[in-house]
Amino acid sequence: MKRTSWFTVTSLTLGFAFLYLPMVLLVIYSFNSSKLVTVWAGFSTKWYGELMQNEEFLDAALVTLKVAVASSTLATLLGTMAAYVLVRGGRFMGRTLFSGMIYAPLVMPEVITGLSLLLLFIGVGLDRGVLTIVLAHTTFSMCYVSVVVSSRLVSFDRSLEEAALDLGCSAFDAFRLVTLPIIAPAVISGWLLAFTLSLDDLVIASFTTGPSATTLPIKIWSAVRLGVSPEINALSTIMIAIVTVGVISASLVSKRSAIKAQQDMQAAERGAT
Amino acid sequence: MRRFFLIAIPYAWLLALFLIPFVIVFKISLSDLALSIPPYAPTMKDGFAQMFADFDLENFVFLTTDDLYWKAYLSSLKIALFSTALALMVGYPMAYGMARAPEEWRPTLMMLVILPFWTSFLIRVYAWVGILSNEGLLNQFLLWTGIIGEPLTILNTTTAVYIGIVYTYLPFMILPIYAALDRLDESLIEAAEDLGCSRSKAFWLVTVPLSRNGIIAGCFLVFIPALGEFVIPSLLGGSGTLMIGKVLFEEFFNNRDWPVASAVAVILLLILIVPIILFQRNQQRQAEAET
Repeated sequence: MKRTSWFTVTSLTLGFAFLYLPMVLLVIYSFNSSKLVTVWAGFSTKWYGELMQNEEFLDAALVTLKVAVASSTLATLLGTMAAYVLVRGGRFMGRTLFSGMIYAPLVMPEVITGLSLLLLFIGVGLDRGVLTIVLAHTTFSMCYVSVVVSSRLVSFDRSLEEAALDLGCSAFDAFRLVTLPIIAPAVISGWLLAFTLSLDDLVIASFTTGPSATTLPIKIWSAVRLGVSPEINALSTIMIAIVTVGVISASLVSKRSAIKAQQDMQAAERGAT
Repeated sequence: MRRFFLIAIPYAWLLALFLIPFVIVFKISLSDLALSIPPYAPTMKDGFAQMFADFDLENFVFLTTDDLYWKAYLSSLKIALFSTALALMVGYPMAYGMARAPEEWRPTLMMLVILPFWTSFLIRVYAWVGILSNEGLLNQFLLWTGIIGEPLTILNTTTAVYIGIVYTYLPFMILPIYAALDRLDESLIEAAEDLGCSRSKAFWLVTVPLSRNGIIAGCFLVFIPALGEFVIPSLLGGSGTLMIGKVLFEEFFNNRDWPVASAVAVILLLILIVPIILFQRNQQRQAEAET
């Protein structure tokens, strides 16, 4: 047992205060009844009411959700395929280029990705709107999915797949019945990651959207450029609440399933001896 | 056959939506601005010979003559370097504290570091606008305590950009350093102390060198995105804060000069190639060291 020194306690307290204080203040001031955001004038939920009436925000939220669901699902499919190819695919022509294209988007500045995709869409004459944002988001988030899934694929025992093949499974059945259940947690967290990346993206969406589709970040952006507004504070609070509930429940579920997996393993070992 | 499709589908997707767009950026950076839509003279249709004949480095020459671009590249580099150093100074003690915290706290602390990462980036930057502005919460607090007599101007300065970058990218700095410190064998520090090292000497001679890979990974993870950052300088920085991501965005949307915007992008990419390759090497070395 290590001694918890004053240094540990201070650095953690100050550090986490720095990380969380701005968001806590944002949440508190979303309940401020004053229009002046920095002057506290009493508790009120009126900004939430106004937000619910604001159809532009609701429309933008709907577009954002559509884009996020479509792009993260597509990205999960493509990213899982790409991870499988990278880890299990063996050698094929252009493998280096392929893995380069998987890793490059992770470190690419968003302005460059956005600019290049826009120029492509204009070049091929594709109308900009929901479809082009989905294509753009799928492209960069499939790379994140593939990194998450491939780290799981690397760590699991390949002989399980081989055993299934020996016992007469076709390659596809072996994937469906053995590989997929094992990598499922990584696939799910890859989907969640892709989903949040898409919800969150401002720069790439600004480049690839047209007048027909405004996503929530674009809407928030044009509002916050004019300064702080209580409605945006309310909207931010709702988004922070959703994320907090989501992350905490996901971590509880994964903790439970980890315990269950451990119990299964122990039971299997007992059975074997 | 199935294997072919498995490889071909993601491959084709990335070729079409990642590689080809870059070729287009590169091509447009070499073409002339035309007053039409799309506002550049297309050079692909006239065949390859004509395409190469039309290429010129005019846009790149233009970038060197207008000192706005030089200043923007240099100041982006400076801001990214400085905020990486700041993030290391804030992040290392936190990672160290996490690694030394009681075992049963650690999953919670980990979650507290990761949670901001899932929260909207835009909202986290926006939260600082209300804090740093002249009549903002920080100034109100400092005036109330009597530390300052007049409100400080922080918003719309480069200081605000530093705060914004350190704040948003701090988790990227903490996580790799924590991973390295967590693996560190405690007995090595005890051995150093037994052999007569003071606590601080043991820290500098044993702990820091052994967490080197985590430090390097964390620094690159902050430096690389900070260099091309657009949202933070636009929202927190003023007109005096030049960053290349912002210049590119404005060149494209406000001036509608696509060829110059493309040339700016090509040079930004060239600047980024060195740190990206160094980062990949570090990751590879680390992966090899583990196996």
